[in-house]
Amino acid sequence: MSKNDQFQVQQFRTPLSRARGMGASRHGVSHFITERVSGLALAPLTLWGAYAALKQVRAPHDVVVQWMAQPVNAVLLSLLLIAALVHLQSAVQVVIEDYIERFTTKTALVIGNLFVCVLAGAVGVFSILKVALTVTGAH
Amino acid sequence: MVELALPKNSQVKSGKHWPAPAGAKKVKTFKIYRYDPESGGNPRWDTYDVDVDAVGPMVLDALLYIKNNIDPTLAFRRSCREGVCGSCSMNIGGRNTLACTHGWAEVPGKAVQISPLPHMPVVKDLIPDLTLFYAQYASIEPWLHTDTPEPQTEWKQSPEDREKLDGLYECILCACCSTSCPSYWWNGDKYLGPAALLHAYRWLIDSRDEATGDRLDALEDPFKLYRCHTIMNCAQVCPKGLNPAKAIAEIKKMMVERVV
Repeated sequence: MSKNDQFQVQQFRTPLSRARGMGASRHGVSHFITERVSGLALAPLTLWGAYAALKQVRAPHDVVVQWMAQPVNAVLLSLLLIAALVHLQSAVQVVIEDYIERFTTKTALVIGNLFVCVLAGAVGVFSILKVALTVTGAH
Repeated sequence: MVELALPKNSQVKSGKHWPAPAGAKKVKTFKIYRYDPESGGNPRWDTYDVDVDAVGPMVLDALLYIKNNIDPTLAFRRSCREGVCGSCSMNIGGRNTLACTHGWAEVPGKAVQISPLPHMPVVKDLIPDLTLFYAQYASIEPWLHTDTPEPQTEWKQSPEDREKLDGLYECILCACCSTSCPSYWWNGDKYLGPAALLHAYRWLIDSRDEATGDRLDALEDPFKLYRCHTIMNCAQVCPKGLNPAKAIAEIKKMMVERVV
């Protein structure tokens, strides 16, 4: 069926039926809260992250590793990474929903976005923990 | 769905030029979108050089002058000519507004460019098909919902509660806001749009209404409500000076209050 035919068939549905569609899915507020709260958490974490990164611009590798291995830094780095990825995942999902109409493409992209963000988080947190738990002399 | 370029049969070609009559002293050019589905051709830009000495100050005056004196085939909607009916909403100089309350002299640039409200199916010339827009308004059930038996007299409301409806009830459903909203352009079939949501909020905060929860249920949806990304075009173009974006933000706040 061509797009034009679909449009013609659509015309047999009443306007109100088209406007109501399948009704409200009764979700959306948790997504909205996730976006806002992760954004709120990112404000201080990003400032700390930027400050920490600038402070170590010219530091040698082993000094940075020692810094990362300190418990407070390792925990804050993990939190920064997680908050950033949670925020990224929900924001990119909105972009996909905005611009992609086809159900299969949209669903594949939304799932792909979730997987990439979770994978990045898992690899990132594992790496930070590995440094934190294996580097000696930091505590 | 995003469409960054117009489909081939919608691309606007240049059209007919109507020169000003000889001896015209003050001439203003009006560049107007023309489309006739019966002719089967593409839409076109017709230009009319109008002797504005004979024309009233508003864009609607100029359109009526063109229709009465130059080209009777020009089609547009109008009724009250004073900004209360919302019929003559169109895109004037790149901005959605009412032709009856917008002066042609206020439009920047050499020619006054007039096209129908953006991203809607065109019935003819400056007349968009607003069927779905009105259905979306109907879908929010814009009337009082009550279960309590009706009182002998009217449903009472304090002056303070009545004041909460100011800035909302004035909406004339001209569709300037919804059709200026990119989210509505891309997802107009699922997103209710600023006008319907402003009305939804008007009923949500009406102290006499008893269906606040049901109304919120009917809006809680990633598309119906949460396609609003506070782009703010709606508030910028509203010819009545209303702020649909604020009303939508208030609905989002109510959604959070309900779960927190």
